[in-house]
Amino acid sequence: MAVSARRGRSALEIVLLTVLAVVMLFPVLWMIETSLKENRDVYAVPAKFLDFKITLDHYRDVFVSSGGGRSTLSTSFLNSVIVAGVSTVLATVLGVPAAWAYSRFALKAKKDQLFFILSTRFMPPVVVVIPIFLMYRQVGLIDSALGLILIYTAFNVPFTIWMMKGFVDEVPAEYEDAAMLDGYTRLQAFRKFTLPLLVPGIAATAVFALIFSWNEFVFAIFLTSSDDVRTAPPAIAGLIGGTTVDWGLVAASSVVFALPVLVFAYLVRKHLVAGVTLGAVRR
Amino acid sequence: MGTVTAHGLSKSFGKVQALDGVTLDVPDGSFFVVLGPSGAGKTTTLRAIAGLEKLDAGSVHLDGRDATGDTPAARDLAMVFQSYALYPRRTAYENIASPLRARRCSPGEIAAAVERVSSLLHIDRLLQRRPAQLSGGEMQRVALARALVRSPRAFLMDEPLTNLDLKLRVEMRTELTRIHRSLGATFVYVTNDQVEALSMADQVAILKEGRVQQVGTPTEVYERPANQWVASFVGSPPISLLACRAEGDRLVGAEGWSLPRPRWTTAEDGRSLLLGVRAEDLSVEQRGAASLPGELYGLEPLGDRTVVDVRVGTEILKVKARPTVTGTPGERLVVSVDLDRAHLFDAGTGLSLAAAGR
Repeated sequence: MAVSARRGRSALEIVLLTVLAVVMLFPVLWMIETSLKENRDVYAVPAKFLDFKITLDHYRDVFVSSGGGRSTLSTSFLNSVIVAGVSTVLATVLGVPAAWAYSRFALKAKKDQLFFILSTRFMPPVVVVIPIFLMYRQVGLIDSALGLILIYTAFNVPFTIWMMKGFVDEVPAEYEDAAMLDGYTRLQAFRKFTLPLLVPGIAATAVFALIFSWNEFVFAIFLTSSDDVRTAPPAIAGLIGGTTVDWGLVAASSVVFALPVLVFAYLVRKHLVAGVTLGAVRR
Repeated sequence: MGTVTAHGLSKSFGKVQALDGVTLDVPDGSFFVVLGPSGAGKTTTLRAIAGLEKLDAGSVHLDGRDATGDTPAARDLAMVFQSYALYPRRTAYENIASPLRARRCSPGEIAAAVERVSSLLHIDRLLQRRPAQLSGGEMQRVALARALVRSPRAFLMDEPLTNLDLKLRVEMRTELTRIHRSLGATFVYVTNDQVEALSMADQVAILKEGRVQQVGTPTEVYERPANQWVASFVGSPPISLLACRAEGDRLVGAEGWSLPRPRWTTAEDGRSLLLGVRAEDLSVEQRGAASLPGELYGLEPLGDRTVVDVRVGTEILKVKARPTVTGTPGERLVVSVDLDRAHLFDAGTGLSLAAAGR
């Protein structure tokens, strides 16, 4: 449309965008630099921007413990992958059919039900973590991967239902009606005809759910304690508690922690854009 | 075989009573049209027959067997949707083949059936396209082909021609009638277009606000409307209705005119009536004794005829006239009425006085 006509940006726009980019990207850049510096360069005053020796020692330390073998940090990363991955899959598997049902069927007090589902997201984790902690202690879910998976799933299901309901609403119900008259059952009609059209929406929703589970800190730090179970966010935070802080290691593990989400979002970017803009285009 | 019987269908959406005791009896092999304005419950009726709508009350019998609780698949019906509802990710071929695939036919059978139906509908060369690459008329044919590819108990069609332009609509009307004849199958066809209804139907059911107003052949509903509403809904230009009452051997109009009382009128003196006369039963030329004085209100030339609006008191009569008729508004003229073809309705209930015997 008007994009090509407006290629030439005004000087003011360029200045503002540059300032914004510097403010947004500087911490990231500094994190990456720190992760590559030797320890004495990390503490150098004045700070070294470019003239430092690049080392990958910190990255080695993230994965390999000083005595050889796997580091506790690498265990946390693996835990994060398992907890975030499983809870995202669960939330999607539970949430998508629920969203479909809420979109397609006449239910009693549908709006109230949906509001109730949404209301479970009103309270931030900090508010509910104590009661959850007490309940988990009763049922023995403290300090277990399953406990984290369940709580993340519980937080992601409402989100998935709400977001997916919007996508399902966009797909005309008549495709399923037509499929049922063709001779398919209701579930087959959903699976074969509606579900393929929902893939962009599912991808977009799953990415958001994954990012939530991946980044979640409060539940993770309260509900887990042992190194075997702990996920990456509290593990990285735990690096900062001691008398000396190995900033290089903190930075390197932060970079490693940030990468998977970036890569994943990049892989599904086509679906993400389609998912986010779906509905803006008239069929 | 393919009889469809709907009995006492009732369905409400929230506070809206979409269907209020709809009863229809569709004989085997007939072209049955459900006609009504938008919001009358036509589509809901069709969806109820198809099993897509859960009913509050009523039953659906297919071939005499109670199918009220059956799934759409079990009912063995085919439906053409107003929006066509073609599967967007699939080619025309896959769309048409879908009912056969769902029923696990062999690839050979499917190919043969799709070929047969696509040549019947002249869409052979479109089979590899997706719905987005088809025009409205082509999508309509593909949707029709998806229904016609197998031999269900009955075909349900929900305003299948509404989204087409006029020329294509007239063509498809003829084609659908031809297909119906050649298949000898039962068609239940929903439309709000009375021309479609009158030209294609064996039987018409007229629906208003979820209630069946009248069922009959096109001639019956046109010539002998059961009530005032049917009379004014069917026919173009619409029937003219004049308030009047019977007095002795005269009909006396509320606007002061008086006409000989038709022989067949049974109404007692003084009862409030509505005299309904169709445009073709009125004339601006002198013929016969029954006539109304009025003044010219407007002319609507339609090519093959001209509709003359005549004002009688505060009421407007639509009169069909030769295309050569001329006049200036305000001009006084006399309208002859063919009273043998006129209708009388009770002004209170709207029911036709002649519905019983005539």
